[in-house]
Parts: sequence; structure tokens; C-alpha cells
Amino acid sequence: MRLIVAMFLAGTATPAFAQDHSGHAMPAPQAPAQTECEKEAARHRAMGHPVPEGACAPTAQPGEIASADPHQGHSGMDHSQMNHSQMEGMDHSTMDHSGMDHSQMPAMDDSTMENMDHEAMGHEGMQWSGQPPMNHQSMDHGMMDHGTMDHGTMDHGAMDMTPIPQGPPPAAAGSGPPRAADAIWGADAMRASRDALRAENGGMNVFWFQGDRAEYRAREGGDGYLWDVQGYYGGDLDKFWFKSEGEGTFGEKPESAEIQGLWSHAIGPWWDLQAGVRQDLTGPERTHAVLGVQGLAPYMFEVDAAAFLSTKGDLTARVEAELDQRITQRLILQPRAEVNLSAQDIPELGVGAGLDSVELGLRLRYEFVREFAPYVGIEQEWKVGQSADYAHLAGEDPSVTNYVVGVRFWF
Amino acid sequence: MSILPLIDDVAINRRKFLTASAGAASLLALGQTAPAWARGADLHGGGPIRPGFDEVSGRDIALTIGEGPRVVQGRRGHAIAVNGSVPGPLIRLKEGQPVRLAVTNTLHEDSSIHWHGLLLPFQYDGVPGVSFPGIKPGETFVYDIPALRQSGTYWWHSHSGLQEQAGHYGPIVVEPAGTVPVQADRDYVLLLSDFTPLHPHTIMDKLKKGEGYFNYQQNTWTDDYPLSGEDRRMWARMRMMATDILDVTGSTYTYLANGRGPEEGLEFLFNPGERVRLRVINGSAMTFFNVRIPGVKFWVVGADGQNVRPVEVEEFQIGTAETYDIVVEPTGEARTIVAESMDRSGMAVATLASRPGARAAVPPLRDPPLLTMADMGMNHGSGGMDHGGGEIGGMDHSAMGHDMPSQGASADPMAGMDMSGMDMRDTSLLPPSVEVGPGIDMVSMNPVDRMGDPGLGLDNVPHKVLTYKDLVALEPNDDLRRPTRQMEIHLTGNMERYMWSFDGKKFTAVSDDPIRFAYNERVRVKLVNDTMMAHPIHLHGHFFELVNGAPADRQPQKHTVIVQPGGSATFDLTADEQGDWAFHCHLLYHMHSGMFQIVTVAQPPSAPDVKRVGED
Repeated sequence: MRLIVAMFLAGTATPAFAQDHSGHAMPAPQAPAQTECEKEAARHRAMGHPVPEGACAPTAQPGEIASADPHQGHSGMDHSQMNHSQMEGMDHSTMDHSGMDHSQMPAMDDSTMENMDHEAMGHEGMQWSGQPPMNHQSMDHGMMDHGTMDHGTMDHGAMDMTPIPQGPPPAAAGSGPPRAADAIWGADAMRASRDALRAENGGMNVFWFQGDRAEYRAREGGDGYLWDVQGYYGGDLDKFWFKSEGEGTFGEKPESAEIQGLWSHAIGPWWDLQAGVRQDLTGPERTHAVLGVQGLAPYMFEVDAAAFLSTKGDLTARVEAELDQRITQRLILQPRAEVNLSAQDIPELGVGAGLDSVELGLRLRYEFVREFAPYVGIEQEWKVGQSADYAHLAGEDPSVTNYVVGVRFWF
Repeated sequence: MSILPLIDDVAINRRKFLTASAGAASLLALGQTAPAWARGADLHGGGPIRPGFDEVSGRDIALTIGEGPRVVQGRRGHAIAVNGSVPGPLIRLKEGQPVRLAVTNTLHEDSSIHWHGLLLPFQYDGVPGVSFPGIKPGETFVYDIPALRQSGTYWWHSHSGLQEQAGHYGPIVVEPAGTVPVQADRDYVLLLSDFTPLHPHTIMDKLKKGEGYFNYQQNTWTDDYPLSGEDRRMWARMRMMATDILDVTGSTYTYLANGRGPEEGLEFLFNPGERVRLRVINGSAMTFFNVRIPGVKFWVVGADGQNVRPVEVEEFQIGTAETYDIVVEPTGEARTIVAESMDRSGMAVATLASRPGARAAVPPLRDPPLLTMADMGMNHGSGGMDHGGGEIGGMDHSAMGHDMPSQGASADPMAGMDMSGMDMRDTSLLPPSVEVGPGIDMVSMNPVDRMGDPGLGLDNVPHKVLTYKDLVALEPNDDLRRPTRQMEIHLTGNMERYMWSFDGKKFTAVSDDPIRFAYNERVRVKLVNDTMMAHPIHLHGHFFELVNGAPADRQPQKHTVIVQPGGSATFDLTADEQGDWAFHCHLLYHMHSGMFQIVTVAQPPSAPDVKRVGED
């Protein structure tokens, strides 16, 4: 410990140290400041440390300041070096803090205390007469009302308690775009690099393509296939988004296939609003207007919900949700649900009004790399209500169980 | 351990010093004695890039930016290297002396060098688009830097695109004009960085697309994190991850000490009884390191190149772009220097060796840390205190000596926490200067001053870890004016979209609307972190003083300050370096995502017009 002190002394090039009463924990001698200070300064000048002339001037002699004009030259004062216990005219020991009953103080408004720097007030050095060390931990500050404390009766003397004002830069700060380099290198020379800087720092576009489901489906009747891909190109907030889904049975024409082109715009941290066009590639000729949202719901559900208005006037909707459950860092179980809805019967498509169909799936994938993850799974599809009736009429089973194997990939 | 005065008026033993550094140089250069720039030819031919660095010094220094293949522990990557090595050469300068650095760009794209931490005219600061046009392919640009106004440990790196990730960085040491205040028998640079075989643009692309792409320490059904089911549901409800410590991890990075992987055996030689100064530089692109020398206490004597009163610690966390000078007296045959990535997915390793080849045990990686409620901006969960979630501003109870228990990661980081009904994104708490939009996924409810924090994951280690509150400037500061203005800058982001910004505005939105200061204006700047990541924020061309509770004339000066997740950090700035300066998060991919601004310091009112280059 002795050596630490010695080191601090040696490493201190100004008298501030000798006056630094904030370090009360240290057993260093505190007086006589002036002579020690001058010795120190001389020694440090000899060492080559720059010690300004007059550095030993009493910049932080609280006692003297208090006895002289208390309002002179306080702008440069360092309150952290004030020792309240030694200030004339401010005797905390005579202030009866013990009479302050913090627990009775209602509704402390912390927001008014924003710029109060308790630390700089050097409470550590205050002599709390007749009061045990306060246990703030057990205090309920929420009940304190500092606003009713009358700080005015406390003689802080020279302490500047006014908060530093928040505000715009002064007029002398100038205005307009940053063009200092133009004066050195010329505006023409700077232009290209300035454009590049803007593009590089936040202006990048990204292309993403994901095969969320690309799978073989083993089932009664005839085995089939399914694809469900999507991707985008664009920036953080606005993207061109495309999606395609389709399925069928091997050896037959595809049962369904569609492609969507959407403009996607961020409407919140986790949600995009998507609007665009969907073209059906199978069945009766149909084009749809699309309006939907896609994003991440609380509890990490990936959700894609969209309504479709077809050129035939049919209104339908589809809601999909997926949830990644990590079993290990690479083995991921993904429950998935899809619900299709319709506002009206569409007999030529086998769709009944109301709830049309429901799919529940469970896929277990292994991420060899994040971008490539084969999976196995099971998916159950039900046609519901009128849609189930249409299926029966067509000689189809409204309930189908698929055992799937596929790959999830993206790049 | 014996404590000798580290600060002494005895000048450094120059001969001994030179011997030591020569030994180091030959060690580092693997026996190649000719400096890289003198060998020249193979640099331009794209030959293999060497690890480690040579040293350059003098009135005129030539640097050549080249590229070539690079192999680290068998992993191959493409490197951009200066003078043929990664890191590039140690540039040794002298306080009070000018230097001309002629930088030749042999790449097929623009490049640049920024002198990180040096005070100089803004036009030589090296940021394309801010301070100068950049260095075109085939061009040589001369940085004509007047007499240096400082000494200490600094570094340099590219400020073009993502070149820094590829190896375009190196150390700077500025010798003081007077006596060396830190006495040491040996003086070494330890530059920490991160190597990846991936192209930097690939990393950026993965970060944009796949949240948690590089994180293989996520919570799973089979993990052993001290998280209850309730905790896990709470994190899932917030759509965030408690394991989101670093964006890019040891899953792709090999962490480097002076360009060498942990198995490549970087050695710093010492004789028993000698005092070793290590100039630790975090030259990584994306990595915070926890640095320790197991079993050894050491002294932190410098921060960001500025001398501080020696602080005895056993560990410190160093943010990207920070530097710390430490003094250690190693005992025994060898000691291991461990620089563990903050998420503990890997480490850089060096050895203090009393003879070549001596080794000490390398400790295993410690368990990865978790984010805590303090990192969510809720800092008053302990004890019976109830601030009602209100704005506490600059009130820091811990600094009042109230003996508050350290908060955060206990056995259960979320113990006793009731998250129901809490709004993690209450944008009404934000000042009007912040633009609310999809780029903000969180607002810190109670952003208390966290400069007393040792850093993520170090709350509960059983030894002393450095915090910003331990830093006290050795020399007095020259500007003791009380700031006339306070400003608040919010660090904002969206993990899912990988958007990062200041005040909710990416640089693309504010490139013509800089942060402005009057010349010589004294401003208090409070940085509020509305994200769950720690950000090392760097202001070019200036030193600011951390408002860390040190006496006003001893507030430590820094060029980079970590703002802890959900918390705040405050500094006082004297804006006395005229010109335009970059101000950004030093996590490379955060900057690249938009967490970048320009600070404009107006000309002195009476200043004559700045001369154009070429004019007399």
C-alpha cells in the first residue's frame, strides 16, 4: 500500500492531488498543500512533465473561496474536489439530516433530477452527524420527493447546481452539409468518395433467395412433391419480394402453382407490409391482387398472412406461421401451421366459404451449414366444411397425411 | 507480488529497450531481417502474406497496400496487407516531430489509411468522403503530418469499405519527447484482431439475412444456460436472444495476436525480474476481448494512448479500436496471455516466455455469458429500490458510494423479474432528436450510467476487472471549463434487420446533416444505448474526457468509448480540431450498416481561409 501511494504521488504532476479530498479512503497526508504542491511541481518539471506556471494557485481551495467573494470565477470549478466538511459557512454537521424522513416523501420525480451529479458533490466526505451509514438499498426511492426538499436553506456556496442546458448548437457552429474537405481537395475530387461513403454506410441492397420447403411427399394414393420458395432484393425498409408455391403428384399435372411479385415496405421493427400481384399457373386462369403482412411475431413466430382478391372477384386469405425450436445448435424442430380462408364458395376450385383448409406440419432439420438443412417431417392436411364436401364429390380424401423429406436452403 | 514504482523519473534504459525490441522484431519477422517495403517486388505480385510486422520510422515513411493469399492455422483467406504483412508494419513516431507517410495503393479498388488516435489536420485523417477523396488504384498519397502533439500507443487501418477485416491494419507507437513516464525493461505491442477465410462482404451479407448466423451458442432445448423456462419465454416474446453477445464469432473467426493464431505461438521474451510493458491494441473488426494473464496481476498504465494513474487489475475488457498499455512483471518460466472473445467462442493467445519455446498452460474458454436485465435498460432490479421506470438521467447511485450490490448476472440473470406489461420499445421515452421507425427495435427504459461496468460477462469473476471508473488521467487536462451545452445521442438498432444507426437515422439519411460544434466549444455528450449490444464509439481527431467521477482535471482522455447495452456513457469534449471528422461505431459491420455520422467543428472565428493544396 505504501508503494501505491508513492506511485500516485510520483505520478501526479499538479497540486490538484494534494487538494483532492475526494479520495478520502487514502491515507495520504492532506496538508500543507501549498508547499507540497510547489515541491511536486518543481519535481515534475524536472522530469519533463509540463506543469503550467501558477498550477499551484488555489483553484480548489474551498475554504478560501467561501471566505472571499463566493461568486467569482466559478465557471472552472471542480466540485469533485470540494470537501464540504471543511467549507466555512457550510456545516453539514449542524444540518439535521436525521430529521429527513425519506420514507415519508411521496412520489419522487426522478425526471427532474436528470442532471444532478451526486457523485461530484462528494457525499463520501460529508460528516453525517449522529446518523448511521444510510442503507439506500432498503430505501424506496420511488417514494421520495426531492422536490419538497428545501435545498435553498443549504448553503452550497459556490456550487453550481444548474444543469448543463440541452440545446441546439450555437450559431458559431455553422450550418449546412459537411464540406470542409472541398476547401482542401476541391468539390469535384470529393464527390465520388462522398457518394461511395453514403452507399457503403447503410445504403446497401441485399439479394436473398430461400427454399423454405422443397420436399418429396410420401402419402396414400400417389407420392407427390411441394415447393415453397421466396426471396427479395432491396434495402432495409423497401424490397421487391417474390414468392412461389406449388404442389402435385408425380406423373400428373401440378395440382397448384402460383407466383407472387410484391412490394414490401417495413411498417415496424419486425413487420413488412406487402402488396402486389399473384398469378396462378394451374387451374382456371386467375390473377389476384395481394395485400399482406410478413414478419416476426412475439415468441419468434415467423408469420406470413395475406388476402387475395382475384380477377373473378373471389376473396381468399392465407395465414402461415412457423416456429424454429432449437434442440441443439444445428438440430431444429419446426412446427408449422397454415390456414386457408375464403369469403365465398368457389366450386371450380373446390373451395368452400369460410374455413377452407388447415395444414399442420412438423419438420426436423439439421443445419450442416445455416444455408443448407435437409429435413424429415410429417404434415397433415384437412379440407374443412364445404371444401371437404367438394373433395368428397370429386372422390378425394379431405384428410391427407404426408410423410416428407426435403431440404431447406437459402443463399 | 512485489510492487515497484512504475512511474519513475529514470529514463528508460534505451540500450536494453532496443535489444528487447530487436529480439521481438526478429522473432516476429520469422528471421526475415529486411523490412517488407524494402523487398518490394513480391508485394505487388500477390505473394503470400506474412504474419506479424516489421517496424518503420523516420521523417519519411513508405507504405504499400497490396493483397495476396493468407493462411492462418491452415485456414486460407484473401488478405489486404500493407508492406506484405498482417498486421502491417509498426509505425514508430516521435512526439514533436513531423512525418510524411507516402501510401501507395496497388489494389484494384480505392483504399485509405486512417491514423487512429492521432491529432492531425482533418485532411490527413484518412476517411474517404469525409477528409479526403481516398487513394485511387495505382496512386500514392502523401500524408504530410505536422509535428505530433502526443505520444502513446495508437494504430492505423483502412477506412475504405471493409478492407480492415481483410488485414489492412497495424500499430503505431509515438515515443514521448521528454522522459518516458512508464518505466519498463521491455516494450511490446500486442495487436489483437480477427481472421476469417470469408470475404468481408460475405459476412455483411450473412448478417443482413440470417439473424444469429454466426452464433453457435444460442439457447436450445439441451443447453445448460441458467435460464428458467419463464426467462426463455420472455426473451422469445421480446424477439431477442440472451446469447446475442457478438455478431461475428469464433464460428468463423480465428483470433489473432500480432497476426498469429492461438496455435502459432506468439512469444514475448523476458528475463525473470524484468518489467514488461505491453501495448494492447484491439485492431479487430468485430471483437471485444477479455484480456488476462492467469495468475498474474498487472497494472493498467495507459488508455487509448494516454497515461493513466496505474490501476492494478487481473483482467480488462477491450473494445474494438481501444488500446490499453499494461505493465506486468512475469514470474516463473512462462505466462499465458489470454484474449478471450467477449462471447467466449475463441481466444487469441500469446506467451510471456523466459526462454524461447517456454509455455504455460492455456486455460479453457469460460462459459459464454448471457445478456441481463441491465442490458435491456432496466437497471434497478436489485434491492428494494423502485424508480418506477422513470428517467433517472445522470443519477448514478453506485457512484455515490451507497454500496449497491453489483447487478446482473447472478445465478439466474432474470431472477425476480416480472416482465409482464413491460414495453421494451416505449418510444415516448426518446427525445425528439430520435427518429422513430423500423430501425429501432428497443428503447432503454432506464439508461443509467454504466461506465462502472467491467463489461459483458465480467460482473462476477472472482478478481478485479478494470472499469472506466478506474481510469484517472496521469497528466492534468488543460480545459477545465464547464460544458456550456449538453447533447444526447442515442445508439439505435434492429437486430432482426441488422440496421444500426445514431438517433434512429442511418448515415444515408444524415450525410448532409452533420453533428455540429462551434470552434473550441465545450460540450457534454451523453451516449444512450437503446440496443442490447455494446458499441465502441469512436470520434476521429479528438480526445474526449470520460465523465467517470474522476476529478475534472483528471477525467481520462479517450478516442473510443464503449457504451454498454441499455446504458449510457458520458464524455466532455472540447471541439478544438477544425474540420469534418468521422464519428462511428467501431464494430465494422455496424458502421457499414449505417452507424456513422460526421462531426463538423467550425473554423475559429478569426481563422484565415485554409490553403488549398498546391497554393503557396
